[in-house]
This record gives sequence, C-alpha cells and structure tokens, in this order.
Amino acid sequence: MTVTEDRPKYKWVGTRPIRPDGYDKVVGKARFAADLNLPGQLHAAILRSPHGHARILSIDTAAAEAMPGVQAVVTGADFPDLDATNSERDVAENLMARDVVLYVGHALAAVAASTRAEAAAAVATIEVEYELLPVVLTLDESMAEGAPLVNENNVTMFVESDGPSNLATVNALERGDVDAAFEAADLVVEREFETSWVHQGYIEPHACVVDVGADGRADIWVSSQGHFRVRSQTAAVLGWETARVKVTPAEIGGGFGGKTTIYLEPVAARLSEKSGRPVKIVMSREEVLRATGPAPASKSRVRIAATNDGELTAIEGWLGYAVGCTNDMAGFIGAMSVASYRFPNLKLEAVASLTNTPKTAAYRAPSAPQAAFAIESVIDEVAQRLELDPIEVRLKNAVVEGDPTAMGMPHPRIGFVECLEAIRDSDHYRSPVPEGAARGVGSGFWFNIGEQSSATVNLNEDGTATVITGSPDIGGSRASMALMAAEELGIDVQRITPVVADTESVGFTDVTEGSRATFATGMAVVNACRELIDELKSRAATILGVEKDAVDWVDGAAVADGKDPLSLAAITAKAKSTGGPLTVTASLNAGGAGPSFAVHCCDLAVDEETGQVTILRYTAAQDAGTAIHPSYVEGQMQGGTVQGIGWALNEEYVYDDDGSMLNASFLDYRIPVASDLPMIDTIVVEVPNPAHPYGVRGVGETGIVPPMATIANAICSATSVRMTSLPMSPPSILAALGDR
Amino acid sequence: MSSNKRFRTHVTCTVNGDEVDFLASDETSLLDALRDELGLTGAKEGCGTGDCGACSVLVDGRINCSCLMFAPEAEGRDIVTVEGIASGGQLHPLQQTFLEGAALQCGICTPGFLVSAKALLDENPDPSETEIRYALAGNLCRCTGYDKIVRSVQEAAVQLRGAAR
Repeated sequence: MTVTEDRPKYKWVGTRPIRPDGYDKVVGKARFAADLNLPGQLHAAILRSPHGHARILSIDTAAAEAMPGVQAVVTGADFPDLDATNSERDVAENLMARDVVLYVGHALAAVAASTRAEAAAAVATIEVEYELLPVVLTLDESMAEGAPLVNENNVTMFVESDGPSNLATVNALERGDVDAAFEAADLVVEREFETSWVHQGYIEPHACVVDVGADGRADIWVSSQGHFRVRSQTAAVLGWETARVKVTPAEIGGGFGGKTTIYLEPVAARLSEKSGRPVKIVMSREEVLRATGPAPASKSRVRIAATNDGELTAIEGWLGYAVGCTNDMAGFIGAMSVASYRFPNLKLEAVASLTNTPKTAAYRAPSAPQAAFAIESVIDEVAQRLELDPIEVRLKNAVVEGDPTAMGMPHPRIGFVECLEAIRDSDHYRSPVPEGAARGVGSGFWFNIGEQSSATVNLNEDGTATVITGSPDIGGSRASMALMAAEELGIDVQRITPVVADTESVGFTDVTEGSRATFATGMAVVNACRELIDELKSRAATILGVEKDAVDWVDGAAVADGKDPLSLAAITAKAKSTGGPLTVTASLNAGGAGPSFAVHCCDLAVDEETGQVTILRYTAAQDAGTAIHPSYVEGQMQGGTVQGIGWALNEEYVYDDDGSMLNASFLDYRIPVASDLPMIDTIVVEVPNPAHPYGVRGVGETGIVPPMATIANAICSATSVRMTSLPMSPPSILAALGDR
Repeated sequence: MSSNKRFRTHVTCTVNGDEVDFLASDETSLLDALRDELGLTGAKEGCGTGDCGACSVLVDGRINCSCLMFAPEAEGRDIVTVEGIASGGQLHPLQQTFLEGAALQCGICTPGFLVSAKALLDENPDPSETEIRYALAGNLCRCTGYDKIVRSVQEAAVQLRGAAR
C-alpha cells in the first residue's frame, strides 16, 4: 500500500521491473568476494588474540615459516606505525595489533600458504608471549573512577582533554528551561534502559583477493559498501599513494553498515608483496562475530515531562554507548538521532566510552535504535498513564518542517505526521486487538546523508545506454539508477545497463551508507542524463538543420516544429558525424538529504509460562520521499524491521569475564528465521524530498529504529511489565514477570 | 608434506545431471569440493557450521548443508546445486518468482533458499504459509525479512500446480 502526496506522473519511476543483477543471482553466477580465484593464489589465515587485553612481549613466527606450503608471514612490524594525526590509525591498529591486543579476536599475525589447511596449521604454531592487562567490558566499568585504560592512544573528543582516557566523546545539548518545565509538569515519567551489542549479521563473511604486481601496485577484489574507501584505507595503512591501489567491487552479500571499513585488505597486500603471489583471505563466521564491528551496547536514562492533555513539555536524557576498543562517533550520532518531537525544553548528554571488545561499526541508522528504544518507551508510558491514544500523543508533539532537532537544526519538509496518520488510519490499527494478543506502536527517525558521488552515462550506437556508478549495490540501487535514467532519457528501462565500476573506471564515490546511494548517486545519474539530453538536442539541431533552441526533448525524442521527431537511437546512430561519442560524467557533493520517519504497529502474544514472544501481525509505515522501485523500498522497510525484531527479542553478545564471546556462531547468536515471523505489511508514505529531482529520501536506515520500543510497548500492554533491557528474550521476560 | 595433499579419495558422482569426478581429502567438505574442485560457486559458505543454509544442495533429492557433508560421502550420489535448477535455458518457476517478487536483495542467501524451496515444492506442491516458513527456517536471510521470499514461494507453488494440471 502506498500513500502519496501530489507529484508529477512518471513513466518509469515507481514501476517494478526485474532488477538487472537479479538473473545472475538466481542461477548462482553472481560473483561475491569469496567466489573469485586467481592462478597461483595463496590462502591466508590470521592469528587472533585469545586475551581481552594484553601487551605483546614477543611473537615468534620461525616455526610457522618452516611449515609446509607457507610462503609468507606478517605481523604488526610489517606495517608502518601511523602517527596519532593519521585518520586511519585506528583502522590500522584494529587490523593488525602492534604492541597491545585490545580484545579477544584482535589480529596479530597472518600466514599465507598454498592451502587454507596449511595456512591454518602454520598460524597455530606461532608463539606469542603476552603480559595480561586489565579487561574493561562494560560502559559502567569503562566510565568508573580510576578505571584501567582500554586503549592508551585514545583521547576524548569535543571536550578539553588532559591525556589518554576511556571516554571517546561527550556531547551536551540544551534548550529552553528544563528545570522549570519539570516543575510545572502534570506528569513526569523517568526510566533507565540497557541494550546489548548486536551484530549486523550479513550472511557473507568478509573476504578479499589481493594481487600485488612486480610494479608494486595492488589489485584488490573485495565486497564492500565502498571500494573507494577500501582504496584509501588500504593505501593509508600501507603508507602508499592511493594510485598504487585499484579496487574492483565484487557483489556484496549484505553489509548494513558493517562493510564500511576494512579488516583484511592491507594484510593480504603485504602477504602478496612478500610472496609475489595473489592472496585470498576469507573470514570464518566465528571471526566475523569476534573481530568485526558490532553496534555499540548502550545504557540510557530518559525523563519526560507532560501536561494532562499529552503535550510533551521537556526531555532530560543521558545516552551512553560502549563503542569497543577505539574512538567512535556513536554518542554524537546518538544525540543527532533525537529529533522526532518538539520538546520545547531539552537537556541531553550523549557519551561514548571504550571497552576491550571489537571496534564497533555502523549498523543501519547507527545509534538511533538505542535512543529510540528509550524515548519511545517513555512516551508510550506517558500516553498509558494519561489514558491517551499513543498515536494521538505522538501526533500532538510530532515535528514538522521548521521544528528543530536536538542539535537545533530546523527540519526540512518531512513526513512524520503523514506516517503517524498512515498507521492511525491503517486496517491494522483500526482492527480490534485479537483475543490473547496485545498491541504496541513506536516510531523512528534517521537523518540520512548526501556526500560525494559520480556517474558516467554512455549512449551506445543503437540508442541503448550504460549507466556507470561507484556505489556498490547493496539492495537494488542498480535498478533504481536504471529507472531514473530511463525517466530522464525517455527510453525503456530494459535498454539501460547499470554498472558498478572499479576505482579506475568511474569518478570518486563515497561509501554506500546512510541511505545515500539512490539519493546522491541517483542525483549524479540524473545530472549526467540532463547534460546528455542537452547535447542530444544540439546533435538533433545539426541533423534537422534547425537552431538548438527550437529543439525540445519529449519522450525520448528530439522534437522541433515542422519536423518528424528524432528518436534517441536515430541521434546516437549519427554520433560520429555530429561530434563524436555521446558520454557525460557528472560528479557532486549532494546536499539536501531528506530525513526519513517510520511508524510501526505490532500485535504480539506473550507466553507467560515460557517468556516466549510471538509476533502475530506487523505493519511498518515509512516516508520514502518517492519510491523509485517500490518493491525494493518495501524490502528495505521489511529487512530493517526484522533486524529490529531480532535486536528486540533474540540478539546479544554474551561475554565471559575475560571478554571472550561465548556465542560466536549463528547457532548461538540467533538472528530471526522465517518461522519466527509473520508477513511484514508495509505502507510506503511518499512526501517528496524537495532537494532531489525525484523526491528521494533514502529508505535503508529508518526501518530498524522503531521495532524495539514498538515490541516493548506491546509487551507492556500484554503483561503490564515495562521491559527496559534488550534483548527481551524468554529468560529476561520470565524474570520480569516474576518481579511483577 | 601435509596429509591433505598426499591422501586424496577419487570421488565419482552426479552433479546437476552430469557425471563428474574429483579428488578430495578426508576433511574436505562437499561445499569446498563443489566450489574449488568443480568451480560451482553458487552454493555459499555463510557459517561453515550448518546454521545458515547458504550452502544448501539436494543430495538424492533431500536438502543438505553441503558444508557439513564430507566430499567423499558424495560417492555415487546425485547432487543438485542452484546451478542445476534451471533447465534448458529456462528458469525454474521459483527463480522467476524470486526475480519478479523482489525476493532477493544482496543475493548471497538466494541459492540456498531456491534449493530449499525446490525441495519443499517437490515434496509438497501446496504448502501453507506456515509450512513454507518452517521448511525455510534453516536458511538465514538478513536483507528481506523473509516476506517477499515466502510470497515468491507461494506464487511459484501456484504456477507449478497450474502447470501440472
């Protein structure tokens, strides 16, 4: 179902063609990173720390070097020691420890051998002497007075720093008079919340193949969310010029933020350089869980003041994120994510602090789910205690264009109210709650980002087109690029071939993250097409013998008074005689990213004997701006929702006292499966983003934000117990019911 | 020399209708043999522990995690991978409905889902939604939330029943 504001009628935008990369994916031909093999290729294995925090006193690789099949061994000493001002220093430190290991799973040596088995056998013979250091595993431990240092290189950002600290960032925001507002309030609700680390859980483990040639240049094949970042990070970690590295994007088997940084490529490059052979590294699932970025664990405290008629007059909050072993912006971004309600009086502090756990990474709308779990739960309690409808309370306080975010920036045109109304008016919300079930609602926000993109559009001799971009296609972006190009050029979408090109075949493009690909790279495609149409008009004028000003572009053809329309194919056929190849490259740093809001509604049942929660019905409404390919917009909403359901109900990292993850497998780190779920109904709300030629907002992020509070609110409605800790797994629900 | 180079078993089996043979050490998984010895990289390794289903193949018509089966166990058996589902250049209805129903986003889990769904529909041409969800519960997808996968299997079942009539 779609709720659409008035907008132009499009021919291609908003249709649902089969995605061009789909055919290879359903027959098993699509090449993901681990599917590539090169002649003479070696396989590498990585030695990882068994300790949560330790000084490396010595590493002896002599036995490994003598093992069968071994061609090269590297340790931290094989990489340049980047100075503190280098922005990739944390990345370098994370992918190969130098003096200190900071978490269980931290890489500290690697071996390349003829087979995987030989590499693994050789790695096992490396002898390391450690001096154990204190392990800091929780936010409380990290922020305690006199806490041991997690990482001696860390200094706190945004505040006056007096040397190394566990604190990563501190951000304080304030507006209005919070104390007076709480004094005057009819109702004050305050709660504390806690969430665990969760992993992005992409099904494809990290993998790469790297071949360093005799000229010292590296060819890298890798699945990532941004091969230009792989290039720059790899070059920085190796101390190379960027031009020595070429990165070819493989198909990417899921990322969700987790493939926006590197873990393997410089290691493979150094091994390749030493051995003179291509080197392939494929992580195991255990390595993915122990050594790649989970989302931060969090603690928060939220206090909200309200009037009896449901006006939210003030919020006071503290948001804390445990960000793993290196500095991270999770706290700052968490503060940015507080933006859904007007709150005339606001006082927020967001902090991030280090722990001896894996360096965290972005995960879909990073930092927002933790904050929204807290705020949306407290708002629900306000509505409950005032006996008001939870959607009406949100509608009464929802931000509209011009209202400020917590950071103070005014919102552009947004569709939060429209999403709330879409749920309020939905069949789901209007239907009575089924016998034995309970209902909850919640909302979410993400600001989305623009950043840099490039696109080249080539018109071929027969009037077909190739659209070349540098945005890895993580969820259907090639299809959306083709649709926007078809709309612009006025040709059938089937005549357009969208391509994701390597770092030497297309202009610089930032990472596919923050829901920016269809928005920003789409803008680059549109700009290139518009420039091409201008050129096509010139060519048509030459062919028709008229002034260029007399030529219009209508439905894929040049039109001039008194002349037969000249199709795009008729013009490309004469490219050679009218000025040469028809190709345009457009690049931009896109501004005007459109924030996307979502509102969810969930019916569920709680088995009070087992603590098991069963989701019975789920509806997600989200403002897409304009859905370029509605199926993949729905897919983003459904996928994000189910990741949120996993975060709410099942997923957590379980550490022992030494910081070793006890559930580092898909058996024990349990993501939702098909039998856990009902259909996820979607309502695509379309309030076009005025800053994009087709109104795109970007839809990847926001879907993961509302589910935790939506489900907690429904559980509260079912059991009268307010769950404040994630995951709401059977044992924690049973414990909470026992305390009732 | 390491044992995996010195002692290898000669395995003969049928893969996607073709009789094939390859050499495999005792610890080689069927998945690695398919991918490394036969060049069939459609089946994926998502976990290596039988938890994600990305490596699903049919062995004598039954669904199996090829990462949990040793390659020498394939001797004399009939293996079908995602590369063998289409016939004569014609996509299987499941492949077509997955495309039309947008049942894939990144596509890494898709081969396993197609093989599992084929095993289900071969056995049960008219499954309920619940039966589909349980039959596919051994296959993890992190992109789609399963909605469009389940709908695409339902649609393929309708088409296959129509074709059988």
